[in-house]
Amino acid sequence: MLKIWSMKQQQQKSDAASGQSKKKKVTAAQLRVQKDLSELSLGTTMTTHFPNPDDILNFTLTLTPDEGLYKSGIFTFTFAISQNFPHEPPKVKCKEKIYHPNIDLEGNVCLNILREDWKPVLNLNAVIVGLQFLFLEPNAQDPLNKDAANDLQQDRDRFRRNVRSAMGGGSVRGESFDRVMK
Amino acid sequence: MQPEALAPAMNGEGTDRPRWKYMDRILSRPGGYTDEDYDPDTPANNIEAAKILVIGAGGLGCEILKNFALSGFKNIDVIDMDTIDVSNLNRQFLFRQKDVGKSKASVAAEFVMKRVPGCKINAHICKIQDMDEDYYMQFTIVVCGLDSIEARRWMNATLVGMVDMENPDSLKPLIDGGTEGFKGQSRVIFPTMTSCIECQLDMHAPRAAVPLCTLATIPRQPQHCIEWAHIIKWDEERKDIQLDTDDPEHITWLYQTALARAQEFGIAGVTYSMTQGVVKNIIPAIASTNAIIAASCCNEAFKIVTSSAPFLGNPEQNNYMLYTGDSGVYTYTFEHQKKDDCPVCGNLPKDLPVNPQSTLGELVESFAERPESQLKKPNMRTEEKTLFYSAPESLRQQTEGNLKRKLGEMLVDGEEVAVSDPAFTIDFRYKIRFS
Repeated sequence: MLKIWSMKQQQQKSDAASGQSKKKKVTAAQLRVQKDLSELSLGTTMTTHFPNPDDILNFTLTLTPDEGLYKSGIFTFTFAISQNFPHEPPKVKCKEKIYHPNIDLEGNVCLNILREDWKPVLNLNAVIVGLQFLFLEPNAQDPLNKDAANDLQQDRDRFRRNVRSAMGGGSVRGESFDRVMK
Repeated sequence: MQPEALAPAMNGEGTDRPRWKYMDRILSRPGGYTDEDYDPDTPANNIEAAKILVIGAGGLGCEILKNFALSGFKNIDVIDMDTIDVSNLNRQFLFRQKDVGKSKASVAAEFVMKRVPGCKINAHICKIQDMDEDYYMQFTIVVCGLDSIEARRWMNATLVGMVDMENPDSLKPLIDGGTEGFKGQSRVIFPTMTSCIECQLDMHAPRAAVPLCTLATIPRQPQHCIEWAHIIKWDEERKDIQLDTDDPEHITWLYQTALARAQEFGIAGVTYSMTQGVVKNIIPAIASTNAIIAASCCNEAFKIVTSSAPFLGNPEQNNYMLYTGDSGVYTYTFEHQKKDDCPVCGNLPKDLPVNPQSTLGELVESFAERPESQLKKPNMRTEEKTLFYSAPESLRQQTEGNLKRKLGEMLVDGEEVAVSDPAFTIDFRYKIRFS
């Protein structure tokens, strides 16, 4: 053991570690989220909100698409990031009940990088771009809301009408949706 | 020592340590791998004096505790917050049917102490996060037999943070064992010196996940039906109840829900135990894998404590041994290199002398001027507080008020501040020193 220590002393460079401290250290997950937040490019259609600014692991993202079928809607997603980030993906849910082929009535989102294709090299920006893409290009191949996916596949006009009425707080096939219009 | 002086010890004659007769024989003389100045008395003394911390008293932990006790280690602490489940009994051999429901740490400690008199094991029924640095400082070596990446990362970061150049005892070798089915690894880490758990994070296989839409629409396997009940149906129907994977009623509900779905899609094979396995992400544990990995971990600890033979990471650089037993028996030992940008050991915090009367704004400006950083859009925080974030905009607005506040109000002496900036791939970490 003494030998190891003398190696450590040799390895020590003049500028390296300072003395110990009993104070809590910024966790690896916090450090990574801080980095990701510094690199976020939100554009004009997205804003973040931190209910407790000291807790950067829990926040909401508000998305207001300015084109596509969901234009003028306001959609809120909760982000819950665990201390296991980035080994585990963030948990993302849509707060409103919306009519969307890839989002179910409970707010679960079918986005590959939030589950099976998550890799630690991906960052929060990738997730946010992915969410944005879901509103520009809802896709019928990965349905979480089967009715909505069928509508989209069979009759794009009917799907468009359903999206508009659901966003206005109306109901589609007896299922009522939250009003999300600006 | 002359050969004739060695003879009685080698025969175990006149020794009151018959249990360790053969080990003493090996240790009491120099060998091909020992140092030139190897003193045959030291190893046994070192073993008696060493304080070992074993984290986890499960599959690996039972093996590790047994191995240490039978190698003559006398001071062992074990931490485990878990209780014994009936499904542990096939391989966690320190537990019996009557122990089901009791603490793993306590039962394991008592069992080993009974079988190996003179060995003292302190059991702690808690999370590792409940213990502070003073507690960890007392040990010679820390050995992990864990199934959680989160706990490993915490322990690793704690040990890296404890290294203090003024105090040789602050460097605690970390030996980490892990198994998954027929595969396993053991690795030795000298915190701040060699590649750490965080550097090696990509060595952990990610949890296999099935696309949510497959679960929701076209399940093909019984596991899909269980995941559907777990992830989608539970929230739909029992939103207000927090799922407890140890509650038999909850598992039964998931099982029945999954079974109904499986029948609807004509899928066979959903069982109660499969439900438990999928929901708790249980990977079948193999007793022999645990035994092999635990043996390797204890062997490394033994070599480090006694200096009797080279160990992983010294003098060779190889610090990682992987084992596969699913197609033949194979081990491979290699060097996992330290990462320069490792968030835990890559850039250790530097002392930053500041005046407690100066403001956070002044500190941010000084960062912009510091030659090594020249930060333009910094985000900075402590473990507890978000100090100032340049981005995203909402956090900037929430934190810009702090710029006028005095450092003395927001920070305590010795606290760590982490600074990130989009212009730099690495983060900067400073330890605040009030002057």
